[in-house]
Amino acid sequence: MKRWFEPLSTAWVGVLTHKLRSFLTMLGIVIGVAAVITLMSVGKGVETDIISSIQTLGSDLLFIFPGAVTEAGIKGAVGGATTLTQEDAAAISEQVPYTAAVAPSYSTSLQLVVGAQNMRAQVTGVTPEYQQAYNLQTIDGAFISEYDSERGAKVVVLGSNVKETLFEGADPIGQQMRMGNNIVRVIGILESKGTSIRGSTDDAILIPLTALQQMVAQPRTSQGERVVSSIVLTVSDQEQASYVVDEITAVLRSRHQLGPGIDDDFSITSIEEIVSTLSEAVGTMTLLLGAIAAISLLVGGIGVMNIMLVSVLERTREIGIRKALGARERDIWGQFLIEAVFLTFAGGIIGVILGWVAALVVNNMGLMTTVVTADIVILAVSVSVGIGLFFGFYPAWNASRLNPIDALRSE
Amino acid sequence: MIHLQDITKVYPMGKRELTVLRGINLYIEQGELVAIMGPSGSGKTTVLNLIGCLDKPTSGSYYLEDREVSRLSSSELAQVRAQKVGFVFQTFNLLPRLSALANVELGMRYSGGSNHNMAMAALDRVGLSDRANHRPTELSGGEQQRVAIARALAKNPPIILADEPTGNLDSHSGEEIISILTTLHSEQGITLVMVTHDSNIAHRCQRIIHLKDGQVVAEEKL
Repeated sequence: MKRWFEPLSTAWVGVLTHKLRSFLTMLGIVIGVAAVITLMSVGKGVETDIISSIQTLGSDLLFIFPGAVTEAGIKGAVGGATTLTQEDAAAISEQVPYTAAVAPSYSTSLQLVVGAQNMRAQVTGVTPEYQQAYNLQTIDGAFISEYDSERGAKVVVLGSNVKETLFEGADPIGQQMRMGNNIVRVIGILESKGTSIRGSTDDAILIPLTALQQMVAQPRTSQGERVVSSIVLTVSDQEQASYVVDEITAVLRSRHQLGPGIDDDFSITSIEEIVSTLSEAVGTMTLLLGAIAAISLLVGGIGVMNIMLVSVLERTREIGIRKALGARERDIWGQFLIEAVFLTFAGGIIGVILGWVAALVVNNMGLMTTVVTADIVILAVSVSVGIGLFFGFYPAWNASRLNPIDALRSE
Repeated sequence: MIHLQDITKVYPMGKRELTVLRGINLYIEQGELVAIMGPSGSGKTTVLNLIGCLDKPTSGSYYLEDREVSRLSSSELAQVRAQKVGFVFQTFNLLPRLSALANVELGMRYSGGSNHNMAMAALDRVGLSDRANHRPTELSGGEQQRVAIARALAKNPPIILADEPTGNLDSHSGEEIISILTTLHSEQGITLVMVTHDSNIAHRCQRIIHLKDGQVVAEEKL
């Protein structure tokens, strides 16, 4: 007990003796740790935002996109090809087990006119399955029904942003609007879900795929099948996800008559893949932010070393006295090292508190979601203690090596 | 108790060497009260530092309580200082930020740990128990030196070494200090070695060793 208490109280007296100097030394560590905590909390916040927005979408989704077009040996972007068709979707729905809500969709840009409002927007032709696949709720009216779909009814369901833009405060249900050269009727408004990984359904303009096919010239493949932009489907049993992916691949390869050795002309992406890719990217960003903040921590550590060197020089006589009283090298070494660690540890604790408060303020002001996790706090405090040990080591060693006679003689 | 055998001490001074001690032979009995005298530069303080294990001789042997200590490591020497030797310096060498009591406790710190009651008892023996919480700057020179003696005493060392303990004091305070030291010697049988310029003080000891140019030139038994 005494063995630990005495060096600690000596360090405490050393810190108190030079209040301003100790405070300024600590400040470097405080700022560094606070910066690490705040920036890492922002990174973590972005990560949780992404994960929660994906969870509203449902984790059992699979996306099928057309493959890249290869033209004159140059491979274009994924999704550029027109290989995916409505018939593919029907075949998947019939032949692949464990699938539900297979929803092909086709997007095109059309002019919309409501009264004086005139805008060009992305219109998506969908089937009723689209609602289940994307887990969409209407807050007003209804979604596109089987019946609408079968007869190609010219009805639209709008996202909440689109509704605000076109109709402002007015009740849009039953209202007519012009879409390209056709008149369509609004039958439903989607609940706002915020921005998600697949863009915002708040900006969606949904129309039965059959109706869209009558309104615009939808491209067809050489076999006469109707091309779609993407197919989304839900997997009814999550454990079978990889089996489902394999089956879909087999069905599509055979339908697209791809021989062995030829690349897929489509790509299948699961939500989980997207989540892990994004989390990885955000994790890298968080680390980068932390690394930048850590530089200020390093500078703070150099400040600690500087002050400790000055302090050793200034207290040479004290060191001489202690040695004359029987202090061993390791007693002196320990004394100065504990003092350095004391400064950085206290600085680390204060920095954690400040950083935490800053993160909370940012969060509560609605600027960004911030999350302070225990591992960041533990990391920051142990790094600051480590900095004390590392940068206190040399000054403490210097102090311990002083010759007692020379040290006693110094003024 | 203290046995120096053919001790020399050479300090490197840049490229040259400064020979301070040229073959010192000295034997001090347990419980003796010895004064070391000599002109400036005769090596008095160096001898005292060697006896106190603050320094190592260049050659020769030093037996402290029959143990050869001149070749010990710095950490072992520190242990010897902590257990065996109490120093009293001309310039007191108290830590200015600490109270008198804390300074005395510091004297016990490296020899088994400080003890409040023992520190108070040591202050009491030098007549300063009522000033325990004063800082050195709030004490007179004589009082500071009494605190320093209490610090040296607190761990009950067999040897006390005093390097011109009255050198910075007026004659009245100096007299006080000398009477405290001689009382300690006579009452507790502490071995006391004192470096001094003052022959009046030296003549209150049992033996005077005269040094000149790093050698013992004369000894007087009183």
